[in-house]
Amino acid sequence: MKSNNKENCFRKVLMTGNDAIAEGALRAGCRFYAGYPITPQNELTSYMAIHMPEYQGVFIQAESELAAINMVFGASAAGFRAMTSSSSPGISLKQEGISYLAGCELPAVIVNIMRGGPGLGNIAPAQSDYFQATKGGGHGDYHSIVFAPSSVQEAYNLMFAAFYLADKFRTPVMILGDGMLGQMMEPVVLHSAPLEFSENIDKPWALTGCKDRNPNVIRSLYLKEGALEALNERLQKRYQMIEKTQQRFEEDFVNDAQVIVVSYGAMARIVKSVVKKLRQRKLKVGYIRPITLWPFPVKAFNRKKTTVKYLVVEMSYGQMVEDVCLSVPDKKKVYFLGRAGGAIPDTGQITRKIYKLLR
Amino acid sequence: MKKIYSRPQSLYDVVTHYCPGCGHGIVHKLVAQVVDELQIREKVIAVAPVGCAVLAYDYWNFDCTEAAHGRALAVATGIKRMRPETVVFTYQGDGDLAAIGTNETIHTANRGENLTTIFINNAVYGMTGGQMAPTTLLGQKTTTTPHGRKEQEGRPLKISELLAQLEGVYYVERVSLHTPQQVINAQKAIKQAFQNQIEEKGFSLVEILSPCPTYWNCSAQEAMDWIAEFMVKEFPLGRIK
Repeated sequence: MKSNNKENCFRKVLMTGNDAIAEGALRAGCRFYAGYPITPQNELTSYMAIHMPEYQGVFIQAESELAAINMVFGASAAGFRAMTSSSSPGISLKQEGISYLAGCELPAVIVNIMRGGPGLGNIAPAQSDYFQATKGGGHGDYHSIVFAPSSVQEAYNLMFAAFYLADKFRTPVMILGDGMLGQMMEPVVLHSAPLEFSENIDKPWALTGCKDRNPNVIRSLYLKEGALEALNERLQKRYQMIEKTQQRFEEDFVNDAQVIVVSYGAMARIVKSVVKKLRQRKLKVGYIRPITLWPFPVKAFNRKKTTVKYLVVEMSYGQMVEDVCLSVPDKKKVYFLGRAGGAIPDTGQITRKIYKLLR
Repeated sequence: MKKIYSRPQSLYDVVTHYCPGCGHGIVHKLVAQVVDELQIREKVIAVAPVGCAVLAYDYWNFDCTEAAHGRALAVATGIKRMRPETVVFTYQGDGDLAAIGTNETIHTANRGENLTTIFINNAVYGMTGGQMAPTTLLGQKTTTTPHGRKEQEGRPLKISELLAQLEGVYYVERVSLHTPQQVINAQKAIKQAFQNQIEEKGFSLVEILSPCPTYWNCSAQEAMDWIAEFMVKEFPLGRIK
């Protein structure tokens, strides 16, 4: 697809999720991208190879996922908005680098277009990397902010928030999509950065050469007694701030609902269609769709009515369901439906499960 | 009285954490001297490895970053591509550059990135307590080759000669620290490697044979003698490319 170089132009185009993420990143100010081939995210890398030069940015096909994430580390340390993308097995390889980014307090955006696992798995959509994405993933006590877009338009939109929040909180941000989102084509309105994410964030810590200032050092090694604890305390304080201010979710039909279905990403598209159909049959069903997976939108589960049942639907054998259990007063009211390995819970399965819970 | 010699501005006046007889202190000073001579202190960015020299930024008075073990050249690539006006170098040991980071080393060199690499070869892993390195000599005793390194454990890896085969590589030289004359040669080579980057010639690497008396289990003088007697035979000195 030929992109228009004018960042302010509003156009409606048909794009795959992978292309839209790349286009969103470029318009959000990403000027460095390094990636390594892996399906089902290859279109994203190709899009960057074609269009990054239009923004005078740097594209590198790295020799491995390890090299790619560490090139991103370098570009970020130099003060630029930088991104890498991959799919599940490749993201496992990037975990060391993500931990270093977190430890060195460097912003970066990492895109995971999830596929079936464990191991080499397959190239079908899955949501089995939820634990890895939201609980740290690499070594050490850290979190990345995790966004889970459920449409191509939302994937595009979230890139502005991703780069902005990465800079603001000096933290890695992950876009957690799946093969379905990456590969499907939908119309997207290409817009410029929303006002709330367009503030330019100063980076006095960046490596630029120490002209007219003391040298900057980027490090995560702290050997002096108490120094590493101090870093961790600083990070935890930041994470608490993120948890307080950055929870995002979408919900509908929840006020009178007896059953609320919880799902995210492409899976939530199927859940939404089921819930809307059952509402037409006057059944008291609603849905919650977390948009941030970390911080998990605990706020969405804060309700007085204690008889509500939650059905968590995932393309995994039950990962987000643990966070739902931690967010509700009574985890006995939490039920689960999941398939993995490239299989997707279908509308029939979800409908039958809801009917069972309504009985 | 005229001052004819002093500590370079690029080197902090601090107490060393390196062991007595270690080569890192010498090379840190050589790098600092070269940075001063070329007047690039305000535009140099160093990438420190994982290994004894991770703390290089405690000694150098210019911008520095750490890199994950073996990934220094990937990090340096990211910095230099985004800030081509800076002078970026990596400082890496043999384990970092020629074992865990071999892939990054070869591909960065093959891309002909306009970078400078200072490669410290002391034939052993220092920071972790003296294990076998890719450059450990055959027969050399380490904590993981207690009876001496055998062929099956790998022969000393000549990464500099390997890299010299690549078209993207502009300059490779091997130097040593075992006599004052060798130290002077080492400084010349380091200066050349920085000069090349300033002139945008491409990838330059200086391999430096460096003593580790602590894990060679000998005195500082014996370590220098061991370089002269054994190491230079396995790793011949001079310009490789």
